Amino acid sequence: MASNTYDAVVIGAGHNGLIAAAYLARAGRKVVVLERRDVVGGAAVTEEIFPGYRFSEFSYVVSLLRPEIIRDLELPKHGLKILPLPSTVTPLDNGDYLAGWDDHDLTRQEIYRHSPRDAEAADEYSRQMARAAKAIKPILGLVPPDPSSLSWRDIKGLLRLGQFGASLGEQELYRISKLITQSSADLLEEWFEFDPLKGTKAASGIIGTFLGPRSPGTAYVLLHHYMGEIDGAFRAWGFAKNGNGGVTASIASSARALGVEIRTGAAVQKVIVRGGRAAGVALENGDELQATIVLSAADPKRSFLQFVDPQHFPDEFTQAIRDFRVRGSSGKVNIALSELPQFTCMPGEGPLHRGAISISPSIDYVERAYDDAKYGEFSRNPYMDIIIPSMIDRDMAPPGHHVMSCFVQYAPYDIEGGWDDARRDAFGEAVISTIEKYAPNIRRAIVGKQVITPRDIERIAGITGGNIFHGELLLHQLFFLRPAPQWADFRTPLPGYYFGASGAHPGGGVMGAAGKLAATEVLKDWR
Amino acid sequence: MADAFHQPLLKRTPFHDRTAALCMPQNWRRWAGYIAVGSYDLGVDREYWAIRNHAALIDVSPLMKYVIEGPDAARLLDKVTPRNIARLAVGQVYYTGWCDDDGKMLDDGTVTRLGEQSFRLTSAEPTLRWLAMNAVGMQVAITEVTDRVATLSLQGPKSRAILNRCCESPVDGLKYFRMAANRIAGRAVTISRTGYTGDLGFEIWMDAGDALPVWDALIEGGSDYGITPCGILAMDMARVEAGLFMLDVDYTSATHAWIPGQKSSPYEMGLGWTVSLDKPGYFVGRRALEREHSEGSAWKMVGLEVDWEGLERAFAAVGLPPQVPAMAIRGSMPVYRAGQQVGYASTSTWSPVLKKYIALVHLQRPHYEPGTNVTIEITVEHHRRQAPARVVALPFYDPEWKRK
Repeated sequence: MASNTYDAVVIGAGHNGLIAAAYLARAGRKVVVLERRDVVGGAAVTEEIFPGYRFSEFSYVVSLLRPEIIRDLELPKHGLKILPLPSTVTPLDNGDYLAGWDDHDLTRQEIYRHSPRDAEAADEYSRQMARAAKAIKPILGLVPPDPSSLSWRDIKGLLRLGQFGASLGEQELYRISKLITQSSADLLEEWFEFDPLKGTKAASGIIGTFLGPRSPGTAYVLLHHYMGEIDGAFRAWGFAKNGNGGVTASIASSARALGVEIRTGAAVQKVIVRGGRAAGVALENGDELQATIVLSAADPKRSFLQFVDPQHFPDEFTQAIRDFRVRGSSGKVNIALSELPQFTCMPGEGPLHRGAISISPSIDYVERAYDDAKYGEFSRNPYMDIIIPSMIDRDMAPPGHHVMSCFVQYAPYDIEGGWDDARRDAFGEAVISTIEKYAPNIRRAIVGKQVITPRDIERIAGITGGNIFHGELLLHQLFFLRPAPQWADFRTPLPGYYFGASGAHPGGGVMGAAGKLAATEVLKDWR
Repeated sequence: MADAFHQPLLKRTPFHDRTAALCMPQNWRRWAGYIAVGSYDLGVDREYWAIRNHAALIDVSPLMKYVIEGPDAARLLDKVTPRNIARLAVGQVYYTGWCDDDGKMLDDGTVTRLGEQSFRLTSAEPTLRWLAMNAVGMQVAITEVTDRVATLSLQGPKSRAILNRCCESPVDGLKYFRMAANRIAGRAVTISRTGYTGDLGFEIWMDAGDALPVWDALIEGGSDYGITPCGILAMDMARVEAGLFMLDVDYTSATHAWIPGQKSSPYEMGLGWTVSLDKPGYFVGRRALEREHSEGSAWKMVGLEVDWEGLERAFAAVGLPPQVPAMAIRGSMPVYRAGQQVGYASTSTWSPVLKKYIALVHLQRPHYEPGTNVTIEITVEHHRRQAPARVVALPFYDPEWKRK
């Protein structure tokens, strides 16, 4: 029987928890990861939901997984392969489509087909967004952030006077001020005229938020997507071999090789506090583990409102965590198919089937989808980001068959009357009938489908509120404000208790940065 | 409709049926969203010498082309370019760069006055948005005609003779940087005495639908004069000899630059002669250009001739004969003076006609004066070495028949 004494206990075997544990073990520490479920992976798991059909059950693409993590933890040796996701196609109501490729000339040609003006605007828009991201990054991306020296008021001063001001032209300052306050619809309407292009770009400003494209603040979320590109994580979008469970399996394998112990079926009940410090954890099965530090990779609400008695935190911290917005707004429908969906706009099988399919014909369409959600309903005509993983990795489905992953927004966590089986079925039906408009054969091809609501995300993956980012990626919940003002450096008001999950800086996606940075801070304190 | 679905391909020019049949080595290059022939032979020698000794037929259709028409067309071009468009006669062509309001180059191309209120502008990058933004409040229609207008460049000492044979009217009277309507194979064309090779040459503009008959007529009429289909690699060598630069290779558009240091002004690119500070009124970049004109430029693009004996010595030191690439090299090479880096080469090439190794270089003041001795970094048997070189005025090659 292994001793129950460790240098570090990590709560949660999602990608961030595993990455934090691996880095701590790599520094020679004795580490255990505790996972409530019987499988590792958190929200990055691959399940064979129907025999022979494998799904990335929740998160389904790899966005900006930090290259240094892949190198440091030797993940390719442990099976990690990130396959390209080279295009996005938006089917149009008239049977045509709008495609975006991973090639500038092809993308330009495609947009030009619909609007010559937008083709040029798209080039300049990307450059300006990238430049704005580059300009704002040094100020907001201080890692770890120095919360005490930065307030919102100070940032303006920094922009003007600080060491970064020199590289920031007057024009860029104005642009950034606008980006911070505008809605994505307002921003995009300044640039573009073609509705499906605006709708598709706007969609990336609302993913995982409980806002619509006309809500102020969403323009900033668009900018946030450009941060990665200027940060060495270029071209890191992709689909992981074996689905997102393949990512966490490779990290778990690497962690084990580094000496990390991973316990599944080990739900944490409380963080043990001794002498004003975190000193270990008590499990729901009654076991107690002693440790020098505890690092939580669970969501902020669980980490600070459930695992730790509020008496150990200052009131304003507890209040900030209570106010942290974790409203789930999206669902997932995983479909097993006996044949490839025949999209009217892309008959047969072609390269666009290997990329994303975006149901976002216009800003109005996405905003109307939000209107339903605002008043407690799921969207009757939802925005969707669809991929067909079996087209990218043939191992995901039996030969000739396919799996389809549909990210669906909006599906509010708090639905009028509450989620039950009937409402879940109705939600699934809304998704199928929306797809059917663009791919008429979908219904007859369905072998099985799994419908996931935010309640299911909470129940299965353990994310409070079912928000895919552990908390919306809004400006007031990012950088030095994530998860709470003054506590964005992965430490918490409870000494010895650290926080390194998607709810920490820099936030969501299968990125791994929070787990790595949290481990880095732990090691600094140990030095 | 979505017929592009099964073929997400780069665009093909209106001459593709002919050029593809001749492109034996399948040496294709990308050019502004099109595929263009790099070379029709495995090497570029025959095509290069066609430019300098016979006549080379080059498909330059990917050039971006805009027609600007209306009562304010001249006003718009006068505003966005530094040249004095009021002085541009009907049937005349101006070469020009154009700038942002900081006087930094955005792109370069030619402006042709097709009629009193009608112009054709060529550019390397899409320019529709920039033109439209500057045309607010003006009575002007801007139409992109890149796909609709096919363009052939016929370059070389025999180009005039070929056109005289193929065209309805002789082109003997067509002066340097002038344009006139004509007919080839019964098809309406406009012919400008322009090019990108520094030799006698013409560019022939036609409706895309007339492309193949015009090509066929030129090939047939030109065969006695040695007309030779030529790819863009040979043209790349010729344009360096002619001292002509290329966007994204020899300078970066101000809209693409990540840092201020990547931007260039027309003065720095040797285009001071296109900046008409004496023209009346505002034009984009005027104030910045006036300032630079009075204060002088920090950089200048000039020519560099590598000292062949010095190059030979560097290779001889390791027992090798001198080696230079057979084609134009688009890659930065540092240039030094007295051990300090004072600039860089952006394109370098072996010049078959001059028998010299030459480069377009960007040098800091005061090192850009012709006659200045510098060194350029070369790689000799995997080691970095310095070859002696001398700053010269552009162009390197300027045959008397170019303008005659």
